[in-house]
Amino acid sequence: MKTPRKWQDRINPSVQEIPFSGIRRFFDLVSEMKGVISLGVGEPDFVTPWHIREACVYSLEKGYTMYTSNKGMLELREEIARYLAETYRVVFDPRNEILITVGVSEGLDLAMRTILCPGDEVLIPEPSYVSYAPVTKLAGARPVHLKTSAENGFVVTAGMVEKAVTSRTKALVLCYPNNPTGATIDRQHLLEIAEVVRKHDLIVVSDEIYDRLTYSGEHTCVSALPGMRDRTILLNGFSKSYAMTGWRVGYAAGNRDFISAMTKIHQYTMLCAPITAQAAALEALKNGRPGMQRMVEQYNRRRRLLLQGFQEMGLPCFEPRGAFYAFPDISNTGMSSEEFAQELLQEEKVAVVPGNAFGDQGEGFVRCSYAASVEDLTEALRRMGRFLKRRESGGRILTAFFTGEEPKKEGIYQTL
Amino acid sequence: MKEILELLENDARLTPRQIAAMLDLEEKTVAGIIKDLEEKKVILGYFTLVNWDKVGEEKVTALIEVKISPQREVGFDAVAERVYRFPEVRTVRLVSGTYDLLVLVQGNTLKEVAEFVSQKLALLENVLSTTTHFVLKTYKHQGTIVEDGEEDRRLMITP
Ligand SMILES: Cc1ncc(COP(=O)(O)O)c(C=O)c1O
Repeated sequence: MKTPRKWQDRINPSVQEIPFSGIRRFFDLVSEMKGVISLGVGEPDFVTPWHIREACVYSLEKGYTMYTSNKGMLELREEIARYLAETYRVVFDPRNEILITVGVSEGLDLAMRTILCPGDEVLIPEPSYVSYAPVTKLAGARPVHLKTSAENGFVVTAGMVEKAVTSRTKALVLCYPNNPTGATIDRQHLLEIAEVVRKHDLIVVSDEIYDRLTYSGEHTCVSALPGMRDRTILLNGFSKSYAMTGWRVGYAAGNRDFISAMTKIHQYTMLCAPITAQAAALEALKNGRPGMQRMVEQYNRRRRLLLQGFQEMGLPCFEPRGAFYAFPDISNTGMSSEEFAQELLQEEKVAVVPGNAFGDQGEGFVRCSYAASVEDLTEALRRMGRFLKRRESGGRILTAFFTGEEPKKEGIYQTL
Repeated sequence: MKEILELLENDARLTPRQIAAMLDLEEKTVAGIIKDLEEKKVILGYFTLVNWDKVGEEKVTALIEVKISPQREVGFDAVAERVYRFPEVRTVRLVSGTYDLLVLVQGNTLKEVAEFVSQKLALLENVLSTTTHFVLKTYKHQGTIVEDGEEDRRLMITP
């Protein structure tokens, strides 16, 4: 539906200017089709563990249906503080250094609106999650992209930051483990980045929503690095690790000035995160560790299954060490990301997300989520293999007339 | 090995190749381990969970509490054996509490099962008494919820 021209003119230009997420465009295409196996879903295929749902039902039975304090339930903030202290040895005061948000999504918006002024620049790695740049723009600032690539493991380096910094640079966004690449970053890299950040007096907004989904090595929390606690706004939540995307609950942790300012915006725009979701989040943190670890173990197995599948079909793929995404390089096929995704969908009914939905730097890649059953992954791999084989032989399938002849091999593909 | 068993317990159709990929092992190694586990009777069989109701197939299942008197020398085992040898008997477990054996019997009709209990089971030497509970409905079986498997309700594409 098109907004009538005259109303369009009344929209704030900075809102008009930001495009809909590229993911959404592709979504419209997919949702019209039947029999599709989707590797395009950026959320767990597990339903929230039962004990968490049960705790939520109990909270409703007990009549917990009211507002909470603006910052969120103190008990939940205390539990978060304990989690961060135990896991990363970084201490936050639950009374004024932690804010419960409506997902990391809200936390991100609050962080940006709190620290950014018109004209400020924010360094954002690319490819990256779709929200960072639009939220930066809505806060009146300018996104500056740090281009990462498969060759450097899709990580930002201190050198990149140093090179991009200007007198207007205010903040650096980090997101490891990363959506869409699955990249993780090691402590040494982060220490080097932290040094540059301190040198230029920048603020880090660190989206660590996939922290628990780390399959090799240990996750390093940016706030826990020496000298970084106060200049980092740490964003995290329950969506991914506890399979709680629909609950809309997350948190921000940082110095009390930032958290207090963020709370002001949150107070007037959100009032508080839903109490029902907070009750569930509390149960997740208190008793959800073993169940979460089982889910992580399963993602890890599927990750290996998918990688092996790509290797067998000769699709180069950087080894993802976190989150639940693989980001294979499809440039050898001669197709663009969008063409690849679209044709794969039309011919084989497998949905993947074109890499350019995550920024220009994602062109030549597609994002495949392995938050899918082993059965679906296996079938999707079979179909992708068939698709690539056909491309290898140079022919595009004419659905109705395909004779099933063995295609000629031209050896376009190479394995990493 | 434990991981292989866990995977197979959840999905017996996984191939050694898939398992090998998932656990970062060689396919040959996995196949060897599985064979070994089968030979050692660690893996006792591979079955399919069937919801017979859905195909209109009426099967009658009964859980039977059996009190027995243990025999000299062989204790409960010899009595249990006489019970589990019957093909109608699907499961036999020795349990603590007010009775000794919990026996699951399956048949095609109520009458068939009832007759089996009264004519065969109850008459066995050392069986003191039986209490039969016919199954009216199964909600969960082998860790699987029968009705609503909580199918995938996610949108096809999300960021
Ligand atoms: C990197 C990243 N940050 C944030 C979010 C949104 O998280 P939440 O559900 O907590 O708003 C997502 C969801 O896809 C994500 O991938």
